[in-house]
Amino acid sequence: MLGKLSIDALPFYSWVAMGGAAVTVFGALGVFALVTWLGQWRYLWDEWLTSVDHKRIGIMYIVLALVMLLRGFVDAIMMRAQQAFALDSQGYLPPDHFDQIFSSHGTIMIFFMAMPFLTGLINIVVPQQIGARDVAFPFLNSVSLWLTAAGTGLVMASLVIGVFSTAGWTGYPPYSGIKYSPDVGVDYWIWALLVSGMGSTLTGINFAVTILKRRAPGMKLMRMPLFTWTAFCANILMIFAFPALTVACTMLALDRVLGMHFFTNDAGGNMMNYANLFWIWGHPEVYILVLPAFGVFSEVVATFSRKRLFGYHSLVYATAAIALLSFTVWLHHFFTMGSSANVNAFFGIATMVIAVPTGVKIFDWLFTMFRGRIEFSAPMYWTLGFIVTFVIGGVTGVLLALPPVDYVMHNTTFLVAHFHNMIIPGALFGYLAGYMYWFPKAFGFTLDERWGIRSFWCWIVGFYLAFMPLYVLGFMGMPRRMEQYNVPEWQPLLIVASLGAVVILLGIVCLVVQLVVSIHNRLEARDLAGDPWDGRTLEWMTSSPPAPYNFAIIPQVESRDAFIEMKRRGTAYSHPQQYTDIQMPKNAMAGVFIGGFAFLLGFAVVWHIWWLAVVALLGIFAAITGRAFNDDTEFVIPASEVEKIETERHRKLAIARKHYGHDDQTPVADPFPGGAA
Amino acid sequence: MTGAVTAEHEHDTHEEKTLGFWLYLMSDAIIFALLFMTYVVMVNNTAGGPAGRELFDVGHVFAETMVLLASSITFGFASVALVSKSKAGVLAWLIITFLLGFSFVAMEIIEFLGMIAQDAGPGRSGFLSAFFTLVGTHGLHVSLGLVWIVVMLAQVAVKGLTAPVGSRLMRLGLFWHFLDIIWIGIFSVVYLPGVL
Repeated sequence: MLGKLSIDALPFYSWVAMGGAAVTVFGALGVFALVTWLGQWRYLWDEWLTSVDHKRIGIMYIVLALVMLLRGFVDAIMMRAQQAFALDSQGYLPPDHFDQIFSSHGTIMIFFMAMPFLTGLINIVVPQQIGARDVAFPFLNSVSLWLTAAGTGLVMASLVIGVFSTAGWTGYPPYSGIKYSPDVGVDYWIWALLVSGMGSTLTGINFAVTILKRRAPGMKLMRMPLFTWTAFCANILMIFAFPALTVACTMLALDRVLGMHFFTNDAGGNMMNYANLFWIWGHPEVYILVLPAFGVFSEVVATFSRKRLFGYHSLVYATAAIALLSFTVWLHHFFTMGSSANVNAFFGIATMVIAVPTGVKIFDWLFTMFRGRIEFSAPMYWTLGFIVTFVIGGVTGVLLALPPVDYVMHNTTFLVAHFHNMIIPGALFGYLAGYMYWFPKAFGFTLDERWGIRSFWCWIVGFYLAFMPLYVLGFMGMPRRMEQYNVPEWQPLLIVASLGAVVILLGIVCLVVQLVVSIHNRLEARDLAGDPWDGRTLEWMTSSPPAPYNFAIIPQVESRDAFIEMKRRGTAYSHPQQYTDIQMPKNAMAGVFIGGFAFLLGFAVVWHIWWLAVVALLGIFAAITGRAFNDDTEFVIPASEVEKIETERHRKLAIARKHYGHDDQTPVADPFPGGAA
Repeated sequence: MTGAVTAEHEHDTHEEKTLGFWLYLMSDAIIFALLFMTYVVMVNNTAGGPAGRELFDVGHVFAETMVLLASSITFGFASVALVSKSKAGVLAWLIITFLLGFSFVAMEIIEFLGMIAQDAGPGRSGFLSAFFTLVGTHGLHVSLGLVWIVVMLAQVAVKGLTAPVGSRLMRLGLFWHFLDIIWIGIFSVVYLPGVL
């Protein structure tokens, strides 16, 4: 009846694991109780969970990402603490538990922190940047969100019921095969990835079509804001890279559940095929993570340098080049597989070639700042920290791209330091910059600058403390993923690294304080005009938070940086002759159901509860078919309603103009009219 | 909202959905490409078990191929009937397509069961794992296509040939012909080298 599931699945094997389970269970119960106590279930269901509004979906993605950032960080600081103490001793974590922690840390940070964070930003920003009222497929967007949430649910469930994978976030066979990992950990990992990966593929399709088909009139491709460009390239990568992950994980699941021999040691299995398949997805994935962050930096640096972006065309071409090249380098993740020298040389050179367009971007951002009137706002701090730190990571990456060097350094903490050095500044700093930059757009008030800057300093100092020692340890020969060690020379550096993790913890505390303080001060920090930074692109034309339809009148785009051009010409806030009815998609429950059944499906297969798997599949089928029969998925916001909303917006705009002296008749000076590009 | 505006809106969404569906098909094509790649890598990993030439019955597979190709033609007739707004024609050709597709899946299941009975199931060797997964993934797609045909039969019967129903039928057609192309690949890469 319950498959492999029994009372033994509860985490009584270690106190630390029980603590984790308790936090998860009581956290969930606490949220449940709080919503019930506030009597907000109906509001939550009607306004958020079933919403197909891209702005709400984006906010839900980012809430998910921030919660999972906490979870992933707890894993990280536990590992650092273990390694700081575990010289000639067990430390406080048993080996099996330590292995679960490094596996879940990587899995969570990539799939359930970074992916939802960037998808959330794309959701909130891209439709507004291109002057659209919604995405091409609003319902599909909701399905994507709930598939991502279902995958997250599976990872969190593994904390309470059963165990998580001990095979690292990459899950290499044969270790991850049924012979060496007979428990359910790897299955949780597989199904969390399959379910959320499906969501990412659908997101990619959705936004690729949105960007190609929903741009406002006059917005040619070469007038699109850079964030939209990077989002577009990332979405294309999602469409074409995620199938490889699906194939790799499915084959591993077939090996484990049906006894096939794709990656086993015996019976003709070929485990290196897994490494190829996994990294055919995995390397483009790196660029899925960083490209949108590059987009954020491009927007931030232009806005706060008060200049047109330097080298717009080169940034676009560099983005596209990176996206293409990202499919040609996957083998550098396993030079030691034993390919011939020529194969390794090809992939080594291709890897170094990617550094060229990336370097182009760095110079474009520097030249954008050059002789600009730089305003040191919180998003700008993240950007500057990124530029400096990312270059160091890039240099160590080019070093690792040399196959002979890789033979020496692979599987050491040097590698761990390198990819954290790329992904923390290159992705996370970008997302946090985007979070602080676009928060007022989503919620109607700005975030506290001081706490944002404090958070930045903690993060960057903590980052250097935590990861520079790992480079040195790598040179000293320390392998990654060690639960204990007996080399006394390593310990001082590991203690420094754990202190770094503590400083990063302070950075996270600052982020929380920033949010609390900002909510407290939200009336003073109100963004009445919808344009708190004197923005350049169309998302700053809508009110903050935007009306459900974003734009009452679809803007006519005449140039790049369309909004600042409109402000200069005094046409940004004109009243139309009359408003028209607007057609918008209705809320839909099917997305939540599909996500819920997908969670059940994953859970059922993990525990071999086959009847439940069949029920879940039927549930998904019913939800999709029911939806397919529904041709009445839109409703009309009448012109009178639109007029009411827009009159209120113009009233607020008038107040804002009186307060801050913003006047759209006054041209906003640009130190370099015409730009440098 | 005037009728003209709605019609234009309908047209735009149809175009967007077609593009989105093409992107999905390309994404699916990557899945098949990787399954083909894996099959080619593993075709000789028979681990002492039977190889393709001992297992494949090319006559059976040729008949399967003809049935599937015929179903693509009959789907084409359904599309023609859709253009000429013939509800009865669409229903009839869809039913014929369904029967052909169903026969294809049944023939494939017979082939699979026969192999499993000879102790040549997917767990026998790496080669057979790759074979069953590649061909089975295609078969699973065809089966989902059959379910989709049933759903569309119901929609045509209940709703008639409305614009959204027609738009869905167009995408079902893309899906169905796509599976045909994949099958040509399977026939050429999997079955032909096994008997030549």
